[in-house]
Amino acid sequence: MSTSLINWFKFASPASFYPMAGRLVPWFSAAALLLAAAGLWVGLAIAPTDAQQGEGYRIIFVHVPASWMSMFIYCVMAFWSALGLSFNTRLSGMMTSALAPTGALFAFLSLWTGSLWGKPMWGAWWVWDARLTSQLILFFLYLGFIALQAAIDDPRRADKAGAILALVGVVNVPIIYFSVQWWNTLHQGASVSMTKAPSMAHTMLAGMLLMALAFWAYTIAMALIRVRCIILERELTSEWVKKNAME
Amino acid sequence: MQWNSWSEFWAMGGYGLYVWGSFGACLLGMTLEPWLLLRRRRAIQARLPRKESIR
Amino acid sequence: MNGAFAPFRQAVRRDLLLAARHKTEVITALFFFVIVVNLLPLGIGPDQDLLRKIAPGALWIGALLATLLGLQRLFAPDHQDGTLEQMALSPQPFTLLIAGKIMAHWLVSGLPVVMVAPLLGVQFDLPGRSLAILTLSLLLGTPILSLIGAVGAALTLGVRGSGVLLSLLILPLYIPALIFGAGAVEADLAGLGIEGHFSLLGALLLACIVFAPWVTTVALRVALE
Repeated sequence: MSTSLINWFKFASPASFYPMAGRLVPWFSAAALLLAAAGLWVGLAIAPTDAQQGEGYRIIFVHVPASWMSMFIYCVMAFWSALGLSFNTRLSGMMTSALAPTGALFAFLSLWTGSLWGKPMWGAWWVWDARLTSQLILFFLYLGFIALQAAIDDPRRADKAGAILALVGVVNVPIIYFSVQWWNTLHQGASVSMTKAPSMAHTMLAGMLLMALAFWAYTIAMALIRVRCIILERELTSEWVKKNAME
Repeated sequence: MQWNSWSEFWAMGGYGLYVWGSFGACLLGMTLEPWLLLRRRRAIQARLPRKESIR
Repeated sequence: MNGAFAPFRQAVRRDLLLAARHKTEVITALFFFVIVVNLLPLGIGPDQDLLRKIAPGALWIGALLATLLGLQRLFAPDHQDGTLEQMALSPQPFTLLIAGKIMAHWLVSGLPVVMVAPLLGVQFDLPGRSLAILTLSLLLGTPILSLIGAVGAALTLGVRGSGVLLSLLILPLYIPALIFGAGAVEADLAGLGIEGHFSLLGALLLACIVFAPWVTTVALRVALE
């Protein structure tokens, strides 16, 4: 037990995490490519046409994974933030800021694909539905996080301020979702049903899960590459970077 | 296999614009991000003492 | 009990005194609120049915923006002259001092907004009952705006372009207060009863009173490091 704890703290130092992350990147990149290829094959070639939505439903294979990942990444950021604030580890802050741009990308893609899906299905590019609106607010939260970190010059302060903001955000996301849903039922303007076809074909589900896994592997690969960039940028003058660079 | 011809595949039963607009945006975003990261990494490596990449 | 809250009262009194010496700031924020709310009918048209419908939302959004104006100056002057650091180091509990500052901010920027809201509501031809509900919702809601805003002000303290950044961080977090506050009037007009909206707004306010000053102090300590 105690030895494993020590190991974890060893990897919490940027100098030892850097090479480990470098070894993991090719594996996750390859996994992302393979899973995406499999998911696209299942989703675009094998999965049957939907009875109600025709071929238009195939957007689900990118829309749902992007939405899931955008929410999941924010939770992971909050997790790293809590860890960083309580144990004061440098790596946690770097991981949080490494995840944010990818999360923002997925939040944007989720909105974009949702809008392209909505146009043929509901006849409007945008509907003030609880899920769409909360997703938009999540996108704003990502942008706020990135803007805050970009505005603060001192990396240590940027990490901590970002961590506080991420935690405040993660507490607020359920409240925002609930309030938007409340607002939506009060107004009853957009009476579209977002429920998917109740009985989803197995191949559809398989395609969606494969794509979700592909997006997940992609996220890890991107976060690791970005955290390596961040580590280098911050520790450009430190001994281990110089020593490694000389080898 | 759902499709008889390529043109049928691209048409997506009339939903081509929406389906390919979605998949295209994802492809664009998810190739742009690695490309930007690669450029960022190159820029850092240019600032290192020797131009060799570090492992 | 009285003694424990002495730092809180001192902080409130000090900030109120400071505000009394810079009256223009208070008046500017209030005037801003009035003018923003008055611009809306000019942009939308004088249709009274429509105006009555958008009045709660218009007043609430005006209140959000007016709160933001004052937030930028919540900690910045004290940070510049070193008072904030003295507060953080003083033996008095920092959280209470900060809570006092937030309270003073609400008294200076929130309360005047609540007080002129009925007047503006009359301009939108709101009936008396709706006016009362709107004012009450603002009375409960504007402290939430000051409390959440304080967290943002602390996070962006001394940061480049903090004004715009503050709005970007804080406005999404204001959405629940906006929805429950502005929604109360509409719920009443729709005959749905306002208890739900007011209890949710109250719960939000309580949660903010408990957590926001504490989170603000954590953020301020990070900024002061």
